Amino acid sequence: MSAVEHPVYDTDHTAEALPSALLRTWEPHTGLWNWLTSVDHKSIARRYIVTAFVFLILGGILALVMRFQLAQPEQQLLSPDLYNQFFTMHGTTMMFLFAVPIMEAVAVYIVPLMVGARIIAFPRLNAFSYWVYLFGGSMIWVAFFLNAGPDAGWFSYVPLAGPEYGAGKRSDMWAQLITFTEISALAVSVEIVVTVFKFRAPGMTLNRIPIFVWAMLVASFSIIFAMPSVVVGSSMLISDRLIGTHFFNPAEGGDALLWQHLFWFFGHPEVYIIFIPAVGMASTIVETAARRPIFGYSLIVLSLISTGFLSFGLWVHHMFASGLPRMGNSFFSASSMAIAIPTGAQLFCWIATWWDARVRITTPALFVIAFMIIFTLGGLSGIMIASVPFDLQATDTYFIVGHIHYVLLGGAVAPLLGAFYYWFPKFTGRILSERLGAWNFWLYLIGANLTFAPMLILGLRGMTRRIFTYPPDFGWNDLNLLSTIGAVVLSLSFLIFLINVARSLAQPATALSNPWGASSLEWATTSPPPPYNFAFTPVVESRWPLWTEAGALSHATGLRTDRKEVIVTTAVEAEAVLRDTVPSPTIWPLITAIATTAMLIGSIYTPSAVVYGAIPTGLALIAWLYPRKAETEFPPQEEKAA
Amino acid sequence: MSAKLDVRHLRDYDLNHGMPIWLGTMAFMIIEGMGFAMAFAAYLYLQSQNPDWPLGPKLPDPRLGGALAVFLLMTEIPNIWLKRRIRAFDLKRVRIGMLIMSMIGLATLAIRAFEFGFLNVRWDVNAFGSIIWALIFLHTTHIVVDVFETWVMTTMAFFGPVDARRFGDLVENAEYWDFVVLTWSPVYFFIYWAPRWFGI
Repeated sequence: MSAVEHPVYDTDHTAEALPSALLRTWEPHTGLWNWLTSVDHKSIARRYIVTAFVFLILGGILALVMRFQLAQPEQQLLSPDLYNQFFTMHGTTMMFLFAVPIMEAVAVYIVPLMVGARIIAFPRLNAFSYWVYLFGGSMIWVAFFLNAGPDAGWFSYVPLAGPEYGAGKRSDMWAQLITFTEISALAVSVEIVVTVFKFRAPGMTLNRIPIFVWAMLVASFSIIFAMPSVVVGSSMLISDRLIGTHFFNPAEGGDALLWQHLFWFFGHPEVYIIFIPAVGMASTIVETAARRPIFGYSLIVLSLISTGFLSFGLWVHHMFASGLPRMGNSFFSASSMAIAIPTGAQLFCWIATWWDARVRITTPALFVIAFMIIFTLGGLSGIMIASVPFDLQATDTYFIVGHIHYVLLGGAVAPLLGAFYYWFPKFTGRILSERLGAWNFWLYLIGANLTFAPMLILGLRGMTRRIFTYPPDFGWNDLNLLSTIGAVVLSLSFLIFLINVARSLAQPATALSNPWGASSLEWATTSPPPPYNFAFTPVVESRWPLWTEAGALSHATGLRTDRKEVIVTTAVEAEAVLRDTVPSPTIWPLITAIATTAMLIGSIYTPSAVVYGAIPTGLALIAWLYPRKAETEFPPQEEKAA
Repeated sequence: MSAKLDVRHLRDYDLNHGMPIWLGTMAFMIIEGMGFAMAFAAYLYLQSQNPDWPLGPKLPDPRLGGALAVFLLMTEIPNIWLKRRIRAFDLKRVRIGMLIMSMIGLATLAIRAFEFGFLNVRWDVNAFGSIIWALIFLHTTHIVVDVFETWVMTTMAFFGPVDARRFGDLVENAEYWDFVVLTWSPVYFFIYWAPRWFGI
């Protein structure tokens, strides 16, 4: 048994012939088949991003309709039942189908490029994760259009979502959607961790990793440690509903608060799973805009890590009103306030970076400013509700709704939009219009404040969340109208964003490799990059390779071009130790995802679907993973010599 | 760009945790380990909320689960031997070892099938029944996955294609069995002994 007899290496080609040789190996198919079988992380990430934005628009439309319903008292635009489905679908879509996936999608595109890798680790798993996400998201939206949309809120509290009160299949759909998103998010997290620890360019030691990569590493570990909790919780919920278990049934020894613990042990880190990548994006933009190294690199990295740790000590602050022991409440109150410290440290580092620098204020930088303003307000309202006595008054009111939206629109969506403007040239080869970008920013800043500041005051005036209407004499009319006007302004902001994207996509792809003059490796290749990312893997000698080694970036040679080879490096020092062959394109991740989807949806209707559905899923997995041919010599030369 | 490093001489396989697949497997074990940890936490929480834990008159019978624990520990003897043979690229003995581990996997599943009858409580009777069935289901899923993988790997070892990289996969498979063996001890404790020691 021997491997390929005549290996071909990159140095066997001329500089002109090398790209086409690599292209033949890295993207052997074309057309629809290429699309269905692609394992290119950039292609998958683009789909992830487009799909996530479609879900953002869908979730946004729901929000807008809800705001119209609440614009005036006693409106009848939505029935109470439909309103329940609307707010549940809005929250579920935004959290599980937009916020987490979009952050991972950007990372799937950018992280391998930033670390100088040719591909993400486990690219077939990556393709599978996308299909599962797409099918899961489609399932819940089809269910919604068939009047089977979940209606118990995005955190689906029992007993409302349990078998006793949650009749029909609505909450089952929700619980199974969670399964889809768990599979997808966990798969991507593992890919990112392994990409960062194994696929970094030689020389990119731990203290040379770009901050966004650090952020994604921390966020991925947070997902790995947090998500199993909701896996266990949602499995218990669906089994309570379908096979008669009693995890949350107090009559048979179960406990409804167990659901809250399991959900929030995941749910609170989830906020940081969204927020940590966003601050990584902000740090990246701040550095490039300042055109000088970011102030306090180590402090920022430590802040990211400590935020990741602290985020696991906060979940009970969602449950202050549930009557837990006072000592526990005090601990969680303190930790909820403590997490403001690392975030504050990062904010000061950004200010210090910009202090006295010749900052180039383009749209990405504007959105970082939006982040600072909106998120600070969100964070301050968070410190208010970290205090138990205040929280007991504000819980389940619009104060909470205002707070979460301030945090998410400030701490996640604003930097995300900035990052989108920043990396759009790399994604597409085109630059977005700065003029429309400025409109996008101002309408966003005004719209977000106009929508959510009235909610904070409405909450203080006693308006409870999740009510489909209200009487005219409660003093809530004007503020609700103001909030709706804000929602329209915010929608206009997103409309301008979409127009900007559409206009740019209609233009020819003329963006330079490094249009912003940035320092990290994703800008060392063309915009957009070829399927193999880098013809030669870069060798890194500083934290800012494109600044310190401008025009003279070193590279490694010796990878084969007749198969998809990458360099594997050590986790800390990034010394090249192995050549790894990564998988070729295949249809099997798609087929496995279809089989998995059939199994998961089938299990909503009959538990036996888990058994029957496992068979095609298992067969598809064999077809996916079974090696087709020997790739390396056997037995290896050195073993024979030994 | 200037050439600074030639990687042509580097190996394209590794059996000692250098390959990305090893780290990926570790990450999935952490995820699954967290799954077990959260299920244990749920157990302890439910116990803390019920003064009359374990809720029913009849306790699970620990005998067969105990026998399985001993059996699983003993399977580590052929498993450790197999890992050594894999690392020595000894294909002939690796085939024998894989066949043994495949049969051991089936035997484990057979014991587990009988073990359900020793739980003495159904999942739909009370929360104690629900949580111990959840624990045993979680562990059984791991056995099923490993047995499935081991049979596929055994087929590959016999019918190919076999190369040095695939030996890395065989090591991963054997290490996953370690995970299955290791996780049974706490699961066994929570199902059979926790209700005896910490119950009423």
